[in-house]
Amino acid sequence: MPSFALTVFLDGISYGMILFLISVGLTVTMGLMRIVNLAHGAFAMIGGYVAGYVTQNGGNFYLAAIAAAAAAGVLGGIAEASIYRPLYRKGELAQVLLTIGIAFVTTGAITAIFGAFPYPVLFPDYLTRPIDIGFRDYPAYRLFLIAVGAVIAAVLWLVLDGSIYGARLRAAVDNPRMARAVGIDVNRLFTLTFIIGCGLAGLGGAIGAGVLSLEPDYALKYIVLFLVVVIVGGEGSFGGSFVAAMALGIIDTLGKYFVAEAAPYLLYAAVFVLLLWRPKGLLPPKSAT
Amino acid sequence: MTAPPTALSVRGLSKNFGALVVAQAIDLDLAPGARVALIGPNGAGKTTFVNLLTGFLEPDSGTIAVAGETLIGLRPEQRVKRGLVRTHQISTLLFDNTARENVAIAVAEREGFAWRMMRFGKEWRACCEEAQGRLEEMEIGAAADRRVSELPYGEQRLIEIAIALSLRPRVLLLDEPAAGVPSHETELIHQALDRLPEGIAILIIEHDMDVVFRFAQEIVVLVQGRILVRGTPAAVSADPGVRAVYLGKTAV
Amino acid sequence: MIRRRTGPGLAAIGHALPWAIVIIYFYAAPDHLGFGTQVIIWILFAMSLDLALGYAGILTLGQAGFFGLGAYAAGLFAIDVSPDPLLGHLAAVAIAASFGAVTGAMILHTSGVTLLMLTLAIVSVLSEYANQARSLTGGDDGLQGIKLDPIFGMFEFNIFGKTAYVYAALVLFAWFLVAWRLVRSPFGRSLDGIRQNPRRMRAIGTPVWWRLVAIYTISAAMAGSAGALSAHATRFVGLSVLSLLTSGIVTVALILGGTRRIYGAFLGATIYFVVQDYSAKISPFFWEFVVGGMLILTVLLLDGGLLDLGPAALRLRDRWRGAEKDRE
Repeated sequence: MPSFALTVFLDGISYGMILFLISVGLTVTMGLMRIVNLAHGAFAMIGGYVAGYVTQNGGNFYLAAIAAAAAAGVLGGIAEASIYRPLYRKGELAQVLLTIGIAFVTTGAITAIFGAFPYPVLFPDYLTRPIDIGFRDYPAYRLFLIAVGAVIAAVLWLVLDGSIYGARLRAAVDNPRMARAVGIDVNRLFTLTFIIGCGLAGLGGAIGAGVLSLEPDYALKYIVLFLVVVIVGGEGSFGGSFVAAMALGIIDTLGKYFVAEAAPYLLYAAVFVLLLWRPKGLLPPKSAT
Repeated sequence: MTAPPTALSVRGLSKNFGALVVAQAIDLDLAPGARVALIGPNGAGKTTFVNLLTGFLEPDSGTIAVAGETLIGLRPEQRVKRGLVRTHQISTLLFDNTARENVAIAVAEREGFAWRMMRFGKEWRACCEEAQGRLEEMEIGAAADRRVSELPYGEQRLIEIAIALSLRPRVLLLDEPAAGVPSHETELIHQALDRLPEGIAILIIEHDMDVVFRFAQEIVVLVQGRILVRGTPAAVSADPGVRAVYLGKTAV
Repeated sequence: MIRRRTGPGLAAIGHALPWAIVIIYFYAAPDHLGFGTQVIIWILFAMSLDLALGYAGILTLGQAGFFGLGAYAAGLFAIDVSPDPLLGHLAAVAIAASFGAVTGAMILHTSGVTLLMLTLAIVSVLSEYANQARSLTGGDDGLQGIKLDPIFGMFEFNIFGKTAYVYAALVLFAWFLVAWRLVRSPFGRSLDGIRQNPRRMRAIGTPVWWRLVAIYTISAAMAGSAGALSAHATRFVGLSVLSLLTSGIVTVALILGGTRRIYGAFLGATIYFVVQDYSAKISPFFWEFVVGGMLILTVLLLDGGLLDLGPAALRLRDRWRGAEKDRE
């Protein structure tokens, strides 16, 4: 019995780690610059496909992961400078529509280049095998996800808490006007953070390809999940998105084991109820309250 | 002969946000026709008080009544129907519509037409005529057909007042009516304030002491959510407690 | 919202043109009535979204929920209750409207991203449920074998699609009259105010929530009607009617044509399907490019959708003329 509980737990948080990796960029985008970015999933998708391409052509997996993050980050930087900047002033509807457009275009491009079928990322052998963790064998891949996710989360937390960049970022999320008044270049801060967020998403898409499989409709299919993590956690809340991602991962896994058929719609129903109860999310940053 | 009921009656209005006390047992009465200014340093809780009165914030305790009818538990739009109307510190208008349309829409709402899904040409024309009249009272009748977004800020502030008056308020809350208005336009606002109908009880929130002394019969000073003193302008400006707050001689 | 009034002659042509096209198409393209019917259905669908999103400013990506509910309701009604298409249509509209009223009442006190998320959650619940309830909806395979009686006992549904086309066109016309009346009424005017500035409307005593729930319900009824038409015209209901993608597509179609313009939905839906049909023949992914690209450009450049091309060009010309005058 404890073995089962542990399995569910590990399955849940490994899934949650990927959701967190991908969504953390989105929560900062939405919390900091108040832009609804429905194209965020596209960056994760791009990262995944880049990693897939590299590994399928004999490249080293870790190289592929770095390439994925870099590609997503660079594209994010270009997109921010060209397409997202005019969006700041345009209002939520315009943002929703434009980012849907970006997601569409990306989907089309991916289908054109890579085809319409699932596109695998080739993981190294030692990751695809199960590892003995005491009382049972458990996929090394999932442990890998947990480890990578935990390390990155820890690094991000340290940066957020301990660095000047982190302090500026937190200030800007809490109160952008105040931050500007104090001399923080909020726009440059955002550009940098957006690039990092997209890079992380690309990384998540790459290493998470075993959990969120790569297909051309990835961006549109999974954006709802990422949005759930962000909104339920609280826009702009790093801690909130971590908690929400873990919760989402575990609940989804529990659902798969127990109420297999009902799981997806019960999850969304739970999100619905939660949002009605707490419209600003579970752990919203100060500026939201 | 019985005395007319007080226009606005506030008793023991209190509100905390955790440890932060934003309103402390505020008592305030306004007689019909009152001209009272609410002043206080920044952060004193003036905006909170307005939000409590208008229903955007729920008080922790206390009562609010307009002409004897309680407002507690009513939503903001319901309070408007009971006669409590406010203007906003920042122009809150329908910028795509003309000045006349802005006022006419308010008239239509007051008359109860606005929910109708079928056309009503004749009644709308009546609303527009009344709206024109209101704008002319504010001396901006000429701007009636122009889009609000194209009008100078001072005229926008006057439209705010025109809309408020067209709702036939018993109690009117003017939130810094001259705020943000360029100095060459403020006289228009001051004159409009002078011409406000006598029967309405008016509470004006202001920082501009010229406006306060010109307009108010009484001043209420709010500091950290508490009413410090209420009295005639002369009495209040001589009050040592008030001087201390504004000149900072005592740590409050 | 009150736009510059065009001359009455131009307005009359503007009104006659779309309907003339609808009628002419029936005679000019008898082999492609299925395509025409689909466009008509999506015009109705886009129009329903225009009421909620365009006029009232309700930020929603859940419109497919009502469309799909209407479709499944009509299909299941025909199979389990009665093959009378008009009864089924009414039932579908009633179900969609009720669902709209109930969910609207629950969510319309929120706004912005929270509201958007709630609508996404609702359509996701419906979509996932339909996927899972295979016995009811047919799951991936879809609801098949819908048999309908002839309308009024005379006009039967068959592969030529004449009945379906005329039926859809008449339903569209009826709803069009409703929508047109609505947006020109005081109610419509107050919705426009709510869209622009809800705070201002509350400050004049408008019961904002009630008005929004009312328009949301009407919009849901209209979308449900479009869904019923879809089920009747093809005698098939697939899972895609409830998908988020469908919500996205109808939003794209509306924005392309232009919100808050009576015929925006007409133009947008037509363009969308023509583009999709044409580019699907070129390659399976081309339409995503084209549609996505058009969406991006429309948002970035044209505030009012493609119907704004005319006025936008005029504005440009005026600005140029004004600049010329200044130089003199």
